[in-house]
Amino acid sequence: MILNVTTPDGESHALEALEGWRVMEVIRDWGVPILAECGGACACATCHVYVDEAWLDRLPPRSEEEEEKLDEAFDVRDNSRLSCQILMRDDLDGLHVTIAPLPR
Amino acid sequence: MSPDAASDKSFTVAEGSGPHATDVTIIGAGPCGLFAVFELGLLDLKCHLVDILDRPGGQCAELYPEKPIYDIPAVPICTGQELTDRLMEQIAPFDPVFHLNQMAEKLEKLEDGTWRLTTDTGTVIDSKVIVIAAGGGSFVPKKPPIPGIDAFEGTSVFYAVRKMEQFRGKRLIIAGGGDSALDWTLNLQPLAESVTLVHRRDEFRAAPDSVNKMRALVAERKMTLEIAQISGLQGEDGQLTGVVFKDKERGEWSMPCDMLLPFYGLTMKLGPVAEFGLNLEQNLIPVDTEKFETSTPGIFAIGDINTYRGKLKLILSGFHEAALMSQAAVRIVHPDKKIRFQYTTSSTDLQQKLGVA
Repeated sequence: MILNVTTPDGESHALEALEGWRVMEVIRDWGVPILAECGGACACATCHVYVDEAWLDRLPPRSEEEEEKLDEAFDVRDNSRLSCQILMRDDLDGLHVTIAPLPR
Repeated sequence: MSPDAASDKSFTVAEGSGPHATDVTIIGAGPCGLFAVFELGLLDLKCHLVDILDRPGGQCAELYPEKPIYDIPAVPICTGQELTDRLMEQIAPFDPVFHLNQMAEKLEKLEDGTWRLTTDTGTVIDSKVIVIAAGGGSFVPKKPPIPGIDAFEGTSVFYAVRKMEQFRGKRLIIAGGGDSALDWTLNLQPLAESVTLVHRRDEFRAAPDSVNKMRALVAERKMTLEIAQISGLQGEDGQLTGVVFKDKERGEWSMPCDMLLPFYGLTMKLGPVAEFGLNLEQNLIPVDTEKFETSTPGIFAIGDINTYRGKLKLILSGFHEAALMSQAAVRIVHPDKKIRFQYTTSSTDLQQKLGVA
């Protein structure tokens, strides 16, 4: 299955993804720059992405923990997610996310 | 030296700027730095540790104190804080000295071969061996990616409060929803000309008591709360004149201000360690796998900050690295000493050091 990723600079990548991998892990595994400092523990908010509106309905909603952690992200929108909290699965084949600008 | 009064766990915090003299200076008080104290201690080496956080534990204390860890050998489950607490208990017999709230900034070699480490607060520590156990780097405030913000940093934009007086009589905007944002809102409100707290939602993860106090101030019209996000800055020559807010209903609008204090949590930066003259590969420090020594003799790197063929960023790898590093370190500190390899199970000598025999 494919994960489509747009970087903050506007570069597009179609990344081969595996079922059960976190979106953050797919992005990191392919070497597309993402901070993801805590390694997937929903503890740092540095894997912030914007999910393409067309895919929003298919994602499980944010957990309370993710909602709280998004307070440490910048320019949070309705389609903001922490990419470590989205697991790839069959019906997300083709999912498109845009990596939010990285904190400095 | 005094036991840390602020913590229920007693440990020694350094007093004064030194120069302090010790055998080994460890940069970073995360799990690997702490366990290094144990392995070095068994070999009679005394340690000082430097950490930018206000408490030991590194990422375990700052990022995931409540998160479970399942891959510590023989400990089926413990949280980041529990691991830290147990390591502190394990190394207590060796009475390490902590230099907290400061960042290792400069490293120089004295004429007699001693390393002199200076921190950003001016503490000086002399030792024969340096161990860099700095993990992902120093925890520093996240700087939000607002275009042009760097031009205002240090004059109108502040990520920490050093002197409250500098905010007296100013129009402040404070951003964030955690304890830092709320605490500084409450502390600066009495002396500022005005305070506006801006947060993306009308819920706060800060301590409920602080949130209640903030809401009371808002009700008394002594401060303003905006549920919005920052989209831009106004001003020139480093002097802010306003901050642009946005939300879905109201669009964008600007609010006049003199100073902005963003509190979006912490991020990790390698920082001045990058200037220590060591080889670096993608912000990691290459080491050998026999001694975990860097390209510079006498400087070792253990834990997440190092790299070698097959490296896994696991806490248990850092523990192994600490043990092997210690064997090399003792030969630098005591070149003429015959080093005996012993087990804690059977060695009265080691058991005496641990205070159990």
